[in-house]
Amino acid sequence: MGDTWIAREISLSPRVVFPNKILPYLLVAPQLAITLVFFYWPAGQALYQSMLRQDPFGLKSRFVWFANFRKVLADPAYLNSIKVTVVFSLATAIVAMVVALLLAVMAEKAVRGKGLYRTLLIWPYAVAPAIAGMLWLFLFNPSIGSLAYLLRSLGIVWDPLLNGTHAMILLVSAAAWKQISYNFLFFVAGLQAVPKTLIEAAAMDGAGETKRFWTIVFPLLAPTTFFLLVVNTVYALFDTFGIVHAVTGGGPGKTTETLVYKVYNDGFVNLILGDSAAQSVILMAIVIALTAIQFRYVERKVHYG
Amino acid sequence: MKFFGFAAGIAATVTLLSTTSAFAVTQISWWHAMTGANAEVVAKISKDFNASQSDYELVPVFKGTYPETLNAGIAAFRAGQAPDILQVFDVGTGVMMAAEGAIKPVADVMTGAGMTFDKSQYLPGIVGYYSKPDGTMLSFPYNSSSPILYYNKDIFQKAGLDVNNPPKTWNEVWEAAKKIKTSGAAPCGYTSTWLTWIHLENFAAWNDVPWATQQNGLAGGDVELKINAPIFVDHFQALADLAKDGTFKYGGRTSEAKQIFLAGECGIFTESSGGLGDIVKSGMNYGIGQLPYDSDAKGAPQNTTPGGASLWVFGNKSDEEYKGVAAFFAYLSKTDVQEYLHQKSGYLPVTLAAYEATKKSGFYDKNPGRETPILQMIGKSPTDNSKGVRLPNLPQVRDIQNEELEKMLAGQQTAQQALDNAVARGNAAIKEALEN
Repeated sequence: MGDTWIAREISLSPRVVFPNKILPYLLVAPQLAITLVFFYWPAGQALYQSMLRQDPFGLKSRFVWFANFRKVLADPAYLNSIKVTVVFSLATAIVAMVVALLLAVMAEKAVRGKGLYRTLLIWPYAVAPAIAGMLWLFLFNPSIGSLAYLLRSLGIVWDPLLNGTHAMILLVSAAAWKQISYNFLFFVAGLQAVPKTLIEAAAMDGAGETKRFWTIVFPLLAPTTFFLLVVNTVYALFDTFGIVHAVTGGGPGKTTETLVYKVYNDGFVNLILGDSAAQSVILMAIVIALTAIQFRYVERKVHYG
Repeated sequence: MKFFGFAAGIAATVTLLSTTSAFAVTQISWWHAMTGANAEVVAKISKDFNASQSDYELVPVFKGTYPETLNAGIAAFRAGQAPDILQVFDVGTGVMMAAEGAIKPVADVMTGAGMTFDKSQYLPGIVGYYSKPDGTMLSFPYNSSSPILYYNKDIFQKAGLDVNNPPKTWNEVWEAAKKIKTSGAAPCGYTSTWLTWIHLENFAAWNDVPWATQQNGLAGGDVELKINAPIFVDHFQALADLAKDGTFKYGGRTSEAKQIFLAGECGIFTESSGGLGDIVKSGMNYGIGQLPYDSDAKGAPQNTTPGGASLWVFGNKSDEEYKGVAAFFAYLSKTDVQEYLHQKSGYLPVTLAAYEATKKSGFYDKNPGRETPILQMIGKSPTDNSKGVRLPNLPQVRDIQNEELEKMLAGQQTAQQALDNAVARGNAAIKEALEN
């Protein structure tokens, strides 16, 4: 089915013919060069390194084929970090999106000061991950944090240094908080694209506010929601190193060690380069798979209004 | 990996940029990890050394935290751009020692430059740690520290404890901590930085029990951890029990607990002697005591082992550069330079002469407690259990220990389970590191 679809698509699109044979290649050459130098070359290096066992100084190396991969995949700590990553990514994406949608709907309803609300809500996006991490770390630091003090006075024993669940909550809060602004922006744009006539018609038919939201607005937001789901998941998977590094460093135990953090820890703290490279190759495979799924499968099923 | 190429590129750029003066002068590059007051010490020592002679110019470059500095050095070596001198923290010592083709022993650097090098002038506990089993000194001890006990005198007073008599054994610490907690003098009795360094490595040395086989790894070969012996289990079970009601409070894997102590939350605190500066600055009414020992241990207290960092010299440099490095190390060993370093930074003097001179100057009378870490280290000549610990992958083994101890403190496992797991996982990691 896919092939016929592509064939139809090609036959429908007008055929562009370039008279010059070399110029097109010259035009894409800079882009290709950048991709070669900044992607293919390091990726190749990682692939080669992932099959080596080497001391940190590179004085002795052995080619071991896939032994590093076998070792990594059999390591309970690695399997644990997959679990941690899934929990963390899903929680971050869901929290960031739900809160952003709620705020966007509220901001839409505001009669006065819409612009001010929006500007204030977009602000956190400009904060660097490590700074966001430190901010939350200070707020929830068991001994000096103001919010930790509040929790304590409410009778809640708050200890992210030893309690893995607390540490995860702290991480998800920091990571989601940073992403809410971005999601908010897209949801506001999405909400504005929902035709007012539809909502008014529904209102005239007697549909209440909640009903209008779930039957009209929410389905029409599906493309935005899907796009954000992908972006947020990728963000939580790969762009949160700074937050993890600043807030928990993977602890307590290994309860917040994500896949990306483990690559760093094994490579640059423990200096086991082969394992670290093998893990980054696995991560590369995950990214490729995610992208393929996005383009090949899911994107077609979503109705773009 | 890509990061290494990048870091080496930056390293090369920095080296090029810092090459400014005439070519007749041989440049000696020194990558370090010192910040704050300690960075000022580095700058002053370098400036004074450069002013003291005209053949060499020492160029210190700050490379980030200890692990970052080590990584930068390794990356630069792989790219053929290694500095002459690299400051490596205690934990990285095993990593450097395993890289025999990459480094040149300090002893060889000195004798190669025609200098006599008398090891007996240096503090034995420190020199022993940075030497090969055959006694060859591999790196130059720049900044050494030792864990000691700090206590808040105001909290002691409130709890009805003897302000002039800090606890000497761990049992006394536990009792005092309980009293602080139950009397309401402070919300917590005791906290500590660096559980792995203080409660495992130094605990073993101070109580003269093995931390691992093969002289704690100093003799090399197959090393097996011994930290699940009964004396460790009892110690950590006591700590875990105190953690349940908050009498002991955990701060984190490195020096985070200092904040808890400075905030006045806990009355007793164990931490590196290098941490004194911040405590003085906070204006707290503090006292200093020796690191507590286990009253059941026969030889206790034995001696503590050095933390901190040492200076390593890379291999494959020109004779001129080595002569410059040797001249700098000779300068660094001078009594007045060591005295300055010790009194300004809080780190230990590395020569006996500097220690004697500081003593004579009356510095310790004016600054009680500053002598404690030195006395701890030189009080007795070290045994096989107390020369320090060394593994090719000590950072990784410490991580494993931290993970298991955190699970124990969270109440998920007993001390016995935690230490058994730490031994099993640690031994597997050591074995693998040795195979590489």
